[in-house]
Amino acid sequence: MIRTPLRPLARILDARRRGENPDAIERENLRLRHEELRDHARRRAEGRLLVLGLVFLCAYSVIGARMAHVAATEPAEPRTAQARAPIVAQRADIVDRQGRILATNLETHSLYAQPPLMVDPRGAAHALAQIFPDLDEKELVEDFTGKRKFLWIKRKLSPEQKQAVHDIGEPGLLFGPREMRLYPNGRLAAHVLGGAGFGREGVHAAEVVGVAGVELEFDDMLRDPAREAAPLALSLDVSVQAAVEQVLYGGMKMMNAKGASAILMDAHSGELLSIVSLPDFDPNDRPRPPVAGRPSDSPLFNRALQGVYELGSTFKIFTVAQAMELNLVTPDTVIDTRPPFKVGGHRIGEFENHNYKDISVEEIIIKSSNRGTGKIALMVGKERQQEFLRQLGFFTPVPLEMAEAAGGRPLLPAKWTDLSAVTISYGHGLSTTPLHLAAGYAAIANGGYLVKPTLLRQPGPKYGARVISAEVAAASRQMLRKVVTEGTASFAEVPGYQVAGKTGTADKPIETGGGYYKDKVIATFAAMFPADAPRYVLVLMLDEPVETSGDKPRRSAGWTAVPVAAEVIRRAAPLLGLRPVVEPQVRAGITLSSSR
Amino acid sequence: MTEMVYGAVPQRDGEPVLPKWWRTVDKWTMSCILILFGIGILLGLAASPPLAEKNGFDPFHYVQRQAVFGGLALVAMLITSMLSPLVVRRLAVVGFLAAFLALVFLPLLGTDFGKGATRWYSLGFAAIQPSEFLKPVFVVVAAWMMAAAQEIGGPPGRLWSFALMVAIVLMLAMQPDFGQASLVLFGWTVMYFVAGAPMLLLVGLAVAVVLGGTFAYQNSEHVARRIDGFLSQDVDPTTQIGYATNAIREGGFFGVGVGEGQVKWSLPDAHTDFIIAVAAEEYGLVLVLVIIALYGSVVLRSLLRLMHERDPFIRLGGTGLACMFGVQAMINMGVAVRLLPAKGMTLPFVSYGGSSLIAGGIAMGMLLAFTRTRPQGEIGDLLRARRR
Repeated sequence: MIRTPLRPLARILDARRRGENPDAIERENLRLRHEELRDHARRRAEGRLLVLGLVFLCAYSVIGARMAHVAATEPAEPRTAQARAPIVAQRADIVDRQGRILATNLETHSLYAQPPLMVDPRGAAHALAQIFPDLDEKELVEDFTGKRKFLWIKRKLSPEQKQAVHDIGEPGLLFGPREMRLYPNGRLAAHVLGGAGFGREGVHAAEVVGVAGVELEFDDMLRDPAREAAPLALSLDVSVQAAVEQVLYGGMKMMNAKGASAILMDAHSGELLSIVSLPDFDPNDRPRPPVAGRPSDSPLFNRALQGVYELGSTFKIFTVAQAMELNLVTPDTVIDTRPPFKVGGHRIGEFENHNYKDISVEEIIIKSSNRGTGKIALMVGKERQQEFLRQLGFFTPVPLEMAEAAGGRPLLPAKWTDLSAVTISYGHGLSTTPLHLAAGYAAIANGGYLVKPTLLRQPGPKYGARVISAEVAAASRQMLRKVVTEGTASFAEVPGYQVAGKTGTADKPIETGGGYYKDKVIATFAAMFPADAPRYVLVLMLDEPVETSGDKPRRSAGWTAVPVAAEVIRRAAPLLGLRPVVEPQVRAGITLSSSR
Repeated sequence: MTEMVYGAVPQRDGEPVLPKWWRTVDKWTMSCILILFGIGILLGLAASPPLAEKNGFDPFHYVQRQAVFGGLALVAMLITSMLSPLVVRRLAVVGFLAAFLALVFLPLLGTDFGKGATRWYSLGFAAIQPSEFLKPVFVVVAAWMMAAAQEIGGPPGRLWSFALMVAIVLMLAMQPDFGQASLVLFGWTVMYFVAGAPMLLLVGLAVAVVLGGTFAYQNSEHVARRIDGFLSQDVDPTTQIGYATNAIREGGFFGVGVGEGQVKWSLPDAHTDFIIAVAAEEYGLVLVLVIIALYGSVVLRSLLRLMHERDPFIRLGGTGLACMFGVQAMINMGVAVRLLPAKGMTLPFVSYGGSSLIAGGIAMGMLLAFTRTRPQGEIGDLLRARRR
């Protein structure tokens, strides 16, 4: 072992002086330096290898722990380890206010074909055409023998159809599980429910999406997995809806109307117990939208919500109520209704050219005087009239929870002149939906509060802003009651239920413009019952009714809409749990006097 | 008699090859590898029949192939482990040149088997994936260069190996085969780390990796989709990861039973990338932990033995081989439990795959050759320590 000198060069200089070769010493020095470097590198490497080893140990432990953690959890996710994921109920049910099913899901199967797997394409096509008469055998043969590798044949199969197809025994005909939307009540509340169709489609499942009505409006909510298929509760009542639909259908046929609609609304909460538009359709087999003709003639058209009509004399009560609210008139104020009454160069006439002469405000409503209401409207003034009608919601579409509600945009006069004020006071020149009218009448019925019509079940009354005072509302109700007991709506008297209401008969405007039809009307009856403390509002509208039992055809609402409405109330009121008020009868001199 | 009296040094060099090998080889590591190979065959019996059925072979077609390739791999491993480090180095350099050229010509002569990435040479009866072979020999060559750089007046081996690594990573990324590229990158980095990388540079490299990853994320849809899938919180049960996770859950601690597993019918890569899911489902956590322990002991034992190694070349080469092996297993298993983003990487010795098996055998053979017991000058150390 050579001692390492403190100064490396010293030894070399020594050796040089002695005349020796210094190379050996230099090599030796180099070797020593090298060894030192090496030792240093080795010690560093030892440390770093230790670090590496620890890193690996930690990483493997983490992986092992994570494996244990995953293995310890239950397989809670959908069991996709199975090749076929079972289809779970994915769309929430829709129920009525008492929890009765309006829309639910049904597991069914779709039928598809994989021609490459087929044994006997022609035989299969023939057999399929036998089972499904709407399939064309020739087209099927073409599809099965052509280049196609996959084709859908039927979206939904009934179990019988599935068995029949199964019995063909063709391996190239296959079934995919499907969940379809089922409306077990058929046509009931068709417009409200709308319908559903398939969205994205796969072999093993398909999305069900709403296409109209509440199904479309609440599509995201119904499909939201976070709600765990909690049913959507509507305000409708299945039995009331069924009764109203049945009566209305009969009435529409009897009155030879081409369409009809009825709205039965809770005057205090705005809940719609029933909303009907006829003709309707079956949401299980929703028809395609029409490509020709007017959309309003399609059964898909919702007259209660989308159709805007001049609703006629039913508006008179708003004019009178506002005048009373402004203290311009009382029910007993006498108004001269003699002709001529000219506004803006137009002569205002009465129904069948009556002349009621000097009559009180109450009688104006009872007899439905156009001139009388017009004069009151001029007393109110067009600005205040506009403001009042806007408050009642007649200027904007009703914000109902249905995709179609936005379509019911009222038609307002381009310029609100004095003439507009007068005609609108008796319901001409302003087109609104029957639902607007129902909301307006609800304000009178509930004592002066606005209510927002809704299709969702409400826990209790839900009043908006006050529009008229309770006294004015009560006075208006009294007038409306007298319309039934003494006036134009005498057919509306339903024993025990004290109906109050106002008729409205409006000539239909000619669609191409220029005046009104002489023989086509919209007959409306807007009612509330029971009159002393109304709970429900009914608006019933017939489109082009004509009553032909008399010697000449009668079209006025009193002869058409009113009897139908009375029948609706007669049927629906007991279903709503209203007790008839039985008036005390005179008992032919018999006195019940057991105590005596 | 003279030798007895004067105590001549024992002639170790004259010792026959096999006994010497048996005496010096790391028998624990070798046993672990053999057990892993056995587990691979066992799982292949479970995982590959669906694939064989799909491709129209008899059910155990892939198991037979795995046994054949595995036999070759074991032979390659045993032969390689008997070589001396010097011979290993020489052969590795030759092999590196061949594999490197093969990788260069891959875009021209290779096939992609319809999988979207050109990684293979088709030989008719089998396919060769040059990158699998390139990995271990690159490690040896890079170790040689780095060790040479530690000599005074040695060549700039770190720079050379770095250039080689960059070239290989780029070529692999072009295929695209980001898994192998990241393995090569990782192997080189580990060696550089052990060879004494400055801390500052390590930090810089980490930053560069992050930036590169971001770049790949933004410019490669392939990478972006996988990372997005990893980062999203809920597992889509129809993805491979979803199936794998569910399989592990179904397996629980003791498995659903041999042959009862379902995941192999759903996962196209059940016999390669997700073999651990098959193991977890059929044999439960028990087998998975055994597999993890086997990989862990191979890596940790090798690193422990390399800590005492004097020769920088052997130390570096061994480190690179062991770490690459360990990381590959780690990534594969980490993906299955969603610790890492989905990346196709085989489980060494367990997954099916001819190139992977044989290359793995060679790599492990070299590792065994490097970790063999040899004199490390311990006495000198002791003496020096006493003198100080």
